[in-house]
Amino acid sequence: MSKRQLDSVKRLSLGERRLMSPRAKRDMWAFIGFTAPNFILLGIFVFWPIVYSLFLSFFKWNMIAPKKTFIGFQNYHTMFTDPVFWQVTKNTLILAFFTVVVKLAIALGLALAMNKHIRGRSVYRAIIFSPTFTTSVAIAMVWSWIFEPTFGLLRVFMKPFGIPPIDWLESVTHSLPAVIIVLIWSGIGYDMVLFLAGLKNISLEIYDAALVDGVSPWQNFWYITFPLLSPTTFFLTITGFIGALKAFDIVAIMTDGGPLNSSNVIVHFLYQNAFQWFKTGYASALALILFIIIMAITLVQNRLSSRWVHY
Amino acid sequence: MSRGIIGRKNANWFIGRTVTHLILIVATLVIGLPFFWMLTTALKSPVEVAIFPPIWWPETIRWDNFVTAWKTAPFGRFYINSIITAVSGVILEVSIAALSAYAFARIKFKYRNFFFMVMLAAMMIPGQIALIPNYVILSKLKWINTYQGIVIPHVSSVFGAFLLRQYFLSVPESLYDAAEIDGLGHTKTMFYVALPLARPVLGTLVLYLFISKWNSYLWPLIVTTKQHMRTLPVGLAMVRSAEYSIGPEHLMAASIFVLVPVLIVYFIAQKQLIEGIAAGAVKG
Repeated sequence: MSKRQLDSVKRLSLGERRLMSPRAKRDMWAFIGFTAPNFILLGIFVFWPIVYSLFLSFFKWNMIAPKKTFIGFQNYHTMFTDPVFWQVTKNTLILAFFTVVVKLAIALGLALAMNKHIRGRSVYRAIIFSPTFTTSVAIAMVWSWIFEPTFGLLRVFMKPFGIPPIDWLESVTHSLPAVIIVLIWSGIGYDMVLFLAGLKNISLEIYDAALVDGVSPWQNFWYITFPLLSPTTFFLTITGFIGALKAFDIVAIMTDGGPLNSSNVIVHFLYQNAFQWFKTGYASALALILFIIIMAITLVQNRLSSRWVHY
Repeated sequence: MSRGIIGRKNANWFIGRTVTHLILIVATLVIGLPFFWMLTTALKSPVEVAIFPPIWWPETIRWDNFVTAWKTAPFGRFYINSIITAVSGVILEVSIAALSAYAFARIKFKYRNFFFMVMLAAMMIPGQIALIPNYVILSKLKWINTYQGIVIPHVSSVFGAFLLRQYFLSVPESLYDAAEIDGLGHTKTMFYVALPLARPVLGTLVLYLFISKWNSYLWPLIVTTKQHMRTLPVGLAMVRSAEYSIGPEHLMAASIFVLVPVLIVYFIAQKQLIEGIAAGAVKG
């Protein structure tokens, strides 16, 4: 291309920028019109709340009074010196860790068992997956009844082992495990289905090659299946962990965070502060901490996924 | 000799199959038992509920437990509230998702990628941070204890828009070209070309959103303070708390009211839902 041609191209494109073609203009307005409902709602109900929470976290406010009192970092100071906050944080992390680890291990085992042509496969899958779509409030209701110390179903299974009746939901040591059991129970199906999808993506030729080399099933799992499943495992670990950090429904119905905060978790503590005790500023500070933790996990995930995961 | 190997293989195969089925049967029982327990408790008499060891099936089936449970709280009203909020929420969210998805897939715009990143960023933000600000916004709008208060804050769509966009992109370019040659604008192209082709994924999205809206608890709990505005999950939770005092058989019967629509949808469409979840999550 000669210099003159280049110049005219440049001029043309500059001209285009200044004066949009009717078509580009039409497209721009169409784009704005089509996406406006979504972005207006996202702006008001998703993005603005971050700013507003940050703002509120510097105030003392009961949500009803017209006056908000500026108190600087007082809410954060209260939070970090509040033993209940630390207990709640510890509970949340314990809950997230055990829920995710146990759930993944069982789900992977079930997915491996199901990853063949067996009779009744779709029935097994449908039933094991069903808690995923079951109303959590109803799940909490039936499990509260199962955990009931005198007439509960769980006691039937503990009695043969000589375990005395446990008042799961009223016990400082057993309330959090009870919540974890329910979360594992209701989450296994989802993880299993995703593991099944991951297993489907592994090419059978690799196993054929391994068969020729006389590889044992155990080696097959550790050297082929497990590494090739790592994208799924990684995805489920991160999303499961974040999901568990947001646990609310089961805790609220089964234990209400009690007894003595032994099963209280961040979102439930936030709910109590905001909507039962009307400590809006303090609850906003809690919300912000939760937001920061979840953002940090998401960013770490983006950084590490390429390093840890074998595609 | 070859027969020996095959024979041994068959024995291994048989043992393997049996172990597999045993594992899956145990898992299915563990997952299914609470559902069975909910049903059988709902059919028992107050006496049968309070015995240990518990009986697996009542002597006489007490269907009237459902009648009593229905009368302990305005469950009819809760049903109406749940249906109105879930259905209108699904219609709004799917429409919003389809419009955004079409724009991101088919409409050329200079800042399209930027807006796409903004939308994806919204997916990372936990909804719990918005509880207080949204409550404040809604009370300013006088939307507490209203249907729009329950519905509107949760009809913006990132996941759905993303899912549909992938689908719209996979439609052959030539179809869109044909629509353009025929002089169809974006709105008509979306309605007559993109959406009909996306019908399967649209169906899965509708079912998925319906179930998740039907099940949602925390937000309706916060925005409803009056009994007549409660949705089913909130109403059920309230039935158990101090407001009333009812036995486990009635509580389980009431839980079944809440679950029935979800379980019907699930068992009719379980294959579609499970496969949709697997595909969506892997791609997303």
